Amino acid sequence: MKKLSARRRHPLAAVVVLLLALAATGGLYAAFAPAGKAQADETAQSLAIDEGKKLYSVGCASCHGSGGQGTTDGPSLVGVGSAAVDFQVGTGRMPAQQPGAQVPKKKVIYSQAEIDQLAAYVASLGAGPITPTGSQVDPAGADVAKGGDLFRTNCAQCHNFTGKGGALTNGKYAPDLEGVSPKHIYEAMQTGPQSMPSFPDSTMPEQEKKDIIAYIKTVNGDESEDPGGLSLGGLGPVSEGLFGWIFGLGGLIAIAVWVAAHTAKAKKS
Amino acid sequence: MSTATETQRKAPAGERVADWADGRLGIYGLAKANMRKIFPDHWSFMLGEICLYSFIIIILTGVYLTLFFHPSMNEVVYHGSYEPMQGIRMSEAYASTLDISFDVRGGLLVRQIHHWAAVIFLAGMFVHMFRVFFTGAYRKPREINWLFGFLLFVLGMFTGFTGYSLPDDLLSGTGVRFTQGAILSMPIVGTYISMFLFGGEFPGGDIIARFYSIHILLLPGIMLGLVVGHLILVFFHKHTQFAGPGRTNKNVVGMPLLPVYMAKAGGFFFLVFGFIAIIAGIASINPIWALGPYRPDQVSTGAQPDWYMGFAEGFVRVMPGWEINLWGHTLVLGVLIPLVLFGVILAALALYPFIESWITGDKREHHILDRPRNAPTRTALGVAWVTIYFVMLIGGGNDIWATHFSLSLNAISWFVRIAFFVGPVLAFVVTRRICLGLQRRDKEKVLHGRESGTIKRLPHGEFVEIHEPLGQGQLHTLTAHEQYKPLEIGPTVDENGVERKPSALQKVRARLSRSYYGENNQIAKPTAEEYKEITSGHGHH
Repeated sequence: MKKLSARRRHPLAAVVVLLLALAATGGLYAAFAPAGKAQADETAQSLAIDEGKKLYSVGCASCHGSGGQGTTDGPSLVGVGSAAVDFQVGTGRMPAQQPGAQVPKKKVIYSQAEIDQLAAYVASLGAGPITPTGSQVDPAGADVAKGGDLFRTNCAQCHNFTGKGGALTNGKYAPDLEGVSPKHIYEAMQTGPQSMPSFPDSTMPEQEKKDIIAYIKTVNGDESEDPGGLSLGGLGPVSEGLFGWIFGLGGLIAIAVWVAAHTAKAKKS
Repeated sequence: MSTATETQRKAPAGERVADWADGRLGIYGLAKANMRKIFPDHWSFMLGEICLYSFIIIILTGVYLTLFFHPSMNEVVYHGSYEPMQGIRMSEAYASTLDISFDVRGGLLVRQIHHWAAVIFLAGMFVHMFRVFFTGAYRKPREINWLFGFLLFVLGMFTGFTGYSLPDDLLSGTGVRFTQGAILSMPIVGTYISMFLFGGEFPGGDIIARFYSIHILLLPGIMLGLVVGHLILVFFHKHTQFAGPGRTNKNVVGMPLLPVYMAKAGGFFFLVFGFIAIIAGIASINPIWALGPYRPDQVSTGAQPDWYMGFAEGFVRVMPGWEINLWGHTLVLGVLIPLVLFGVILAALALYPFIESWITGDKREHHILDRPRNAPTRTALGVAWVTIYFVMLIGGGNDIWATHFSLSLNAISWFVRIAFFVGPVLAFVVTRRICLGLQRRDKEKVLHGRESGTIKRLPHGEFVEIHEPLGQGQLHTLTAHEQYKPLEIGPTVDENGVERKPSALQKVRARLSRSYYGENNQIAKPTAEEYKEITSGHGHH
């Protein structure tokens, strides 16, 4: 201790303390930082980023800028996170076909591996929501009833009671959720694509997102049941009225015409 | 009865029952007077039957539903058999509707028959009403019956609306909220009516029970009375008929009630019931389990009323959100104007027979129906009304149009706003022209016969198409309609040279009358002389 205290007024003491402090901070950061996984397969990750950058330059840069900084044609991608890329490209929305009120869902043109590379590149531009893992989005065991309640509170205003979609202003719309994968529903809630607000884990925890996914799958999925028969699009009274007029009343009038045509005629002709 | 043995022999059972009933009810006299009542035959005369039968079906199925429905807004936690609602808090009304749908035997089918029959009942009344309108069947002596029918349509709308609200689901609750908004927009009385109706602030705990007694007792009771009155008047006035050989304003040509129409009508009832049951078995209607219980903090897009309230929804959706703030009071024109228009549009329909008879000065009885083309102005007015109605239905479903035809919601609203003014005018002009064109065609057919499609070459090489003359019956049918003269104001100076000043009202009336029966507004039908002139001498030309 004597040695140390003797040198504490040495001209370089401040530098040494600073270095030690920096080393400690850096060491702690390296130990506890969320990018722990990145370290494990650093080479694979940087390879993915490189590949992603190449794909990005070809497919995305014309609108989003060469470094993801955004242009007048497309927003900045700094901080949107890998989840946003996985959603937008994974549902075929990106790359966009044409500008318009809203970019529609269409055929996916990248493979999942390519999407992951793109996502890795965009995630490297700035931290953002991360693509969820399979167990995070798996609705098995979730509370469907609670999901329904949450859905009606948070989602039905735009997506309709059972997620059949609805109109927004000026040609924008909330799409039908039928056939959307649990992962993409989860990512949409996390990132809030286009007109949709985002529901980060701080306002809607992972479990609630799972409940909502479970509800959507139950009422608007491939295996959802329509106990009443044909659902007529699940659009409510408009399609019911149309069906009632055309098939209901139309059918009855056809029967009336048939009955009137097959009767004893008052006039012999 | 001539011999003692015969009188002692027992009469057949049917006769004895009839005799027993006659001694107490006097049915022989009633039956004798009415069993041979004649009804004319036409498919469009069965539209009213569709309405009557669907009304009966609604009552029958409705009785079944009341056995299981709890009209209560008490909160319960659901533990029935529908999985996605487990443990959700809801009103007893909603829970019991879920039970009817999933746990009551035949409940879902009966619910769907009830609801589909209601949709078809209203649609049937609409079409029936316009059959009556376009054929002029509402004219004297049937104006009162027109009003009865009109009231049935309007009461049917409100009965349907209250029934749609009973399950207390998120969709219907939104509709009730919408209605409360419309009530609140009424100046001065709005808030009072709302507080009275809901027993306090919205939604309160009373509205479902109140709607229940309105839906199952008050309105259907009035409607049942009106239906009976409607039918009695049809009997009393006798049914109208289309013009044809042997048919006059003073007779009815057709088949007797018994046995022909009893069999036909009875059979048709079962056809209607069966068909509606099939529809209800195939197609889902109002799947309340998918909608969730009503909570004032929740709302869904795509919330519409049943179709018959859709035009009111349309008015509110496309009306700009104007409001006036004066002395601390708000006048919400964005809702009040649609509410007023709702009343005006319906009132126009109710009052039309009286307006027309005032304009034309026609106070005679009419039992022969008009063909729509022979009353171009009336037909055009009717089509203009229907145009407004359907334009507003587009407005009421604007979000569905937007999503399914990839259109902008705002563009649809603007289309509806413009079409509300332009559409009926356009429809009026086009319809009248079509009517006049069809009158010309009728005239042509009477005078020159039907185009046979056979081409003949004359000796000098000319090609002509052979026109076949119409039969006597067809000639009669095409020329049976009367053509009226417009009202005249009369000379403004009488024989003594005294000037008379016709009132402004008289002038307006004469002008309107010309628009019905003026020279340019109907094609003079061919006269017997014209017909003879053309058919006698040189044949076709």
